[in-house]
Amino acid sequence: MVRRPGALCGLAVLLSLFALAFVGPFVSPWTHTDVDYTALRQPPDVRHWMGTNRIGQDVFAQVVRGLQKSLLIGLLVALFSTVLAAAVGACAGYFGGWTDRVLMFVVDLMLVLPGLLVLVVVAPRLREWGWIALVGLLALLGWMVTARAVRGMTLSLKERQFVVVARLMGVSPPRIIWRHVLPHTASFLITDATIAVGGAVISETGLSYFGLGVQPPDVSLGTLIADATDVALVYPWMFFFPTGLLIAFVLAVNLVGGALRDALDPTTADSTTPTRTALSGTSR
Amino acid sequence: MLSLILRRLVHCTILFLSSVVLTYALASTALDPRAYFEGRQPPPPSRVVDAELARLGMDDRAPLPERFAHWADRAVHGDLGRTIDGESVNAEFSRRVGVSVRLLLVGTVAGTAVGVLAGVWAAVRRGGLGDRALTVFSFAVLCVPTFVLALLLKTGALAVNRAAGSTVILYTGEHTPGLQGGWPVQLRDTAAHLLLPAICVALPAIAAYSRYQRAATLDVLGADHLRTAQAKGLTPGRALLRHGLRISLVPVSVFFSFGVLTLFTGAVFTEEIFGWPGMGSWLVDSVQKGDVNSVVAIDLFAAAVVLLAGLLADVVHALLDPRVRQP
Repeated sequence: MVRRPGALCGLAVLLSLFALAFVGPFVSPWTHTDVDYTALRQPPDVRHWMGTNRIGQDVFAQVVRGLQKSLLIGLLVALFSTVLAAAVGACAGYFGGWTDRVLMFVVDLMLVLPGLLVLVVVAPRLREWGWIALVGLLALLGWMVTARAVRGMTLSLKERQFVVVARLMGVSPPRIIWRHVLPHTASFLITDATIAVGGAVISETGLSYFGLGVQPPDVSLGTLIADATDVALVYPWMFFFPTGLLIAFVLAVNLVGGALRDALDPTTADSTTPTRTALSGTSR
Repeated sequence: MLSLILRRLVHCTILFLSSVVLTYALASTALDPRAYFEGRQPPPPSRVVDAELARLGMDDRAPLPERFAHWADRAVHGDLGRTIDGESVNAEFSRRVGVSVRLLLVGTVAGTAVGVLAGVWAAVRRGGLGDRALTVFSFAVLCVPTFVLALLLKTGALAVNRAAGSTVILYTGEHTPGLQGGWPVQLRDTAAHLLLPAICVALPAIAAYSRYQRAATLDVLGADHLRTAQAKGLTPGRALLRHGLRISLVPVSVFFSFGVLTLFTGAVFTEEIFGWPGMGSWLVDSVQKGDVNSVVAIDLFAAAVVLLAGLLADVVHALLDPRVRQP
C-alpha cells in the first residue's frame, strides 16, 4: 500500500477531510446556524472562508458540519451493514440446508427492489427519529451483496481441515464461525467496509438531496448541495465547495479501498475494477 | 435451456409476488395519506376525509390484510386503483412508463455497448495512453454520485447556453410542450431533450462495464487456447474476436442485473433533476403526498424491470456458457 502513490494520496485526503470535519468547527468563529446579517451571499473572504449563503450563514461552518454528519453516517452504516452481512453470510454458508435457503431468499428478495425506492418511502416516517434511524435504514438496505460473497467464502472454508477438526472436537458452531471462519474473511470484510463507506455517503447525500435524509436545521453535504443547486452559476461557492468535498471523499475512499484490496487479496491485480462484491453478488 | 428458463421464471415470479406483498405492506404502513387531506386549506371535516380514504382504499382504520385483499383483487384484473387525487393509476402509469423506459433503455444499451467495446479496446492496448485515460475517466465517473453528475451536466449546459446567448443545449423536460410540426420535428425535439439525461444515465454504466470488460478480457488474453489460435496463424485481433470475446462476456453478463439495479436508481435522480415526467419523479411526488397506490405501482414497475434484467442476464449467461445449460 505504501508503494502506491494513489493510495497514499487517498489516505492523505481522507485524513485531512476527517481533520477538517472534526477540528474545523473549533477553528471557525461561526457555527452552522449562526447568521451574519451584514454579509448575505458574499464570496469567500477573510471573515467567511467559503463565503456566505442566501441568509448569511457561513458556508465553511456549514460545509464542515455537513461533512461531519455525512462521514459519521457513512462510517456507521458501513460498520453495521458489514457486521450484518458477515453474520448472515457465515450462518447461511456454514449451516446450509433450510437456513441457507431462507436467508438467500431474503437476500434475493431485498435485491429485487432498488434500495432507493424503499428508502424514499420509509424516510418520511423516520424523520422524528433523527439521523440514527437513517443509519439503521441504510445499513439494512446495504448488506445483501456482501453477505452473498461471505456465504461463498464460508462454503469453501467449511470443507477446510481446520474447520472439520474443530467440528469433530465438539466446538460449538457459533464459536467455529467466530474463531475460525470469520477471521479468514476479515481481509475481504475490511476492504468491503472501506468501499461501503463511500457508497453509504453517496446514498445519504442522495436522500438528503431529495429532502428525505438529514433534516434542517441540521445539515449534510446532500442538503447543502440541494440548497445551492439553483444558484450554482451565480454564487458558485455555495455549490462547488460541498460538491468538491463530496467527490474528494468518495474518490479517496475508493483509492484506499482499492489499494487495501490489492494488498490483502493477491488474486485481483487490477485496482480500478469495481468491487468484487458487486460481481459475486449477482451470480443468481 | 428451456427448463433452465422455466425454472428461473418460476423463481422470478415467486420473488415478484413476495415483493408485491412486501411493498404494499411497507407503503401502507409508512405513508400517511390522511395527513395529505388534513393538511388542506380549509381543513375538510374528518368524516369527509374518512369517506375519501375509504373510497381510495387507503383507509388506515381498516386492517392491512383487508386493504391488501381489496387492492390485490382489483390488481389481478388489471386495475391498480386510484391515485390520491382520484385519478386512475393505470392512466398515470401508462403516461409515464414510456418516458422512463426510454431513459432506461438508452442507458442500458449505450452503457453496455460502449462500455464493453471500450473495455476490450483498453485491454488490447493495455498500458497505453488510451487505456490509462479510460481508467482515470471511469474511476472519476464512478466516484461522482449520479445526482451530482446530473447537477454538473445541467450547470454546464446552463453555462454554455449563457455564453452562447441562446438555448443550445436543452436541460428541462422530455419534449417541448405545444410544439407544432410533423414527426421529423418531434423526433429531433425528443432527441435533443434526451441528450443530457442519456449521458447522465449512461456514463456511470459505461464506466462500470468498461472496468469489468477490461479485467475479463485481460484474463482471457493470457489464456493458452488464445495463444494456440495465434500459433496456428490467426491474427491477434481475429483470435480474440473468435475465441476470447465470448468467454470474457460471461462475467459481464453476471454483472448485468446488478448494473440495471444501479441504473434504475440513477434514473430516478436523473428524471427528478432534468424535470422528466417519468416514474422517478412520480415516486418523489407520491411519497410527499402519501399516495399509497401510486407508490405500489412504481415499485411493481421497478421490480419487474430488475427481475426482467436478471432473467435476461441468466439467458445470456446460459447462451455464452454451455456448462450452465446442463442440468
